[in-house]
Amino acid sequence: MFYFRVVTKKTVPAIEGFFTMDPERPRLLGSRCKRCGNHAFPAEKVFCKNPSCDGDEFETVELSARGKLWSFSHNGYQPPPPYVSPTKEYEPFAIAAVELEAEKMVVLGMVPKPYDHTSLEVGMEMELVLDTLFETEEERVVVWKWRPAQAAV
Amino acid sequence: MSKEVAILGVGMHPWGKWGRNFVEYGVKAARDAIADAGISWKDVDFVAGGDTMRNGYPGYVAGSTFAEALGFNGTRVASCYGACATGAQAIDVARSRILAGLSDVALVVGADAAPKGFFAPQKGDRPQDPDWQRFRLVGMTNPNYFGLYARRRMALYGAKSEDFALVKVKNSRHGLHNPYARYRKEVTVEEIMASPLVADPLRLLDICATSDGGAALVLTSVEFAEKRGIKAPRIAAINAATPTFPNPILDMPYISTDSAAVAAPAARGFKPSIAYGAYEEAGIGPEDLDLAEVYDLSTALELDWYEQIGLCGEGEAEAFLRSGATTLGGKVPVNPSGGLACFGEAVPAQAIAQVCELAWQIRGQAEGRQVEGAKVGLAINQGLFGHGSAVIVKG
Repeated sequence: MFYFRVVTKKTVPAIEGFFTMDPERPRLLGSRCKRCGNHAFPAEKVFCKNPSCDGDEFETVELSARGKLWSFSHNGYQPPPPYVSPTKEYEPFAIAAVELEAEKMVVLGMVPKPYDHTSLEVGMEMELVLDTLFETEEERVVVWKWRPAQAAV
Repeated sequence: MSKEVAILGVGMHPWGKWGRNFVEYGVKAARDAIADAGISWKDVDFVAGGDTMRNGYPGYVAGSTFAEALGFNGTRVASCYGACATGAQAIDVARSRILAGLSDVALVVGADAAPKGFFAPQKGDRPQDPDWQRFRLVGMTNPNYFGLYARRRMALYGAKSEDFALVKVKNSRHGLHNPYARYRKEVTVEEIMASPLVADPLRLLDICATSDGGAALVLTSVEFAEKRGIKAPRIAAINAATPTFPNPILDMPYISTDSAAVAAPAARGFKPSIAYGAYEEAGIGPEDLDLAEVYDLSTALELDWYEQIGLCGEGEAEAFLRSGATTLGGKVPVNPSGGLACFGEAVPAQAIAQVCELAWQIRGQAEGRQVEGAKVGLAINQGLFGHGSAVIVKG
């Protein structure tokens, strides 16, 4: 007798607390200093980076999920560990640096397939998505990525 | 009291991939610098070592590692680390002791034995470390940061891949006769454009390699040099500085910039501030430079430096390069040594090597690459985690 089992991999974030896990409405999680209002990503927990502020209490805030492409690059060769390739044979991928208007900061992220560096142009509108970073036997490890915005807000 | 110190001796071990212990390179450079200064190791009363992160414990205590290799003789010691700016920190510590009257003769040494390929972070699972985060979450290598800046130049100023390639062509010619350079071969635009795309828009030959190498300086007070009747090149300024908040430029190894929402960025960005802090200390301006050694981790980055150190206006670097101004024989030759394009990077030695080149140029001993009448030179670089490094040498 044979038993068939549907293997559903558990979806886990590549790092705890950096982003929400809602695939429909992903958001980066930054911090806002309760004293001076400074935004930071990754979130500050202990001290405020503003030299004019000695704040040590922070609230978690969702960052803008859209922004303008500040610049971009790509990896023609596999980066060293702790990078993990999602495919057995390495496939080049693009990287985006996106400027968030409200927070006035630039945040990096990979660019998901099928986009590559030839799909990108400085100044274009980008949006946040969740995508697979790599998979293990039991887990699908996801991370935030930036892709060209699909439709007007 | 003079704020200047004398460069009495300089020495280097040729750059390459020699496969030996970094201590050998450092000791060779140190012995050459000591001989060049006309002193003996026993005259040295302070050793400043530039640390290397890739060679185990001896690399973290480079000052004492080199002192032990030369033979412990009770000198005071310091070991410094500031990524690519390591050498400038070590020079700065030595200068401070001399200017304070605490040391007469200081030896500064940096050396590295580098692995093949991309610089990688330390091993282990460290989600709190920005260096771990950028590789794991974004796949962001060092050349990717250079790629971002290069794409910015293309978008803002219309720079072309050919412009970047011309930097390499120039530097490959400059380094042809430098006995310490690793690559001594002319490279053509076609060869560069045909090399593999590593970090869009940069190709393999746009990006500097990682190298083994060693460099050393013997520093003394100006009076010490004069008493020996030597008119030595002098260090007129060192600016081993951190950025100011908020830094709006994405710098290695971070995955984001500061937010500029609660405070405005300084009028001068981090890289210009490294140069201008040094100019101010030396009481000169960019128009006074006869030459500059800038950190060409990539070809496009050299163009950024032209503007950041004030050799030309923003967006003008491509035209400035094409005018021949930064080529040997031009108005202000940049990287007459051949730069990182010909050396590859040996991290803790590189900022010291830049100063060796300035000293040779100012003494008129830069055979085959001499900048005629060189009197004032600037060496500049930036290391990851917010490390600036600028040294001004005067004749």
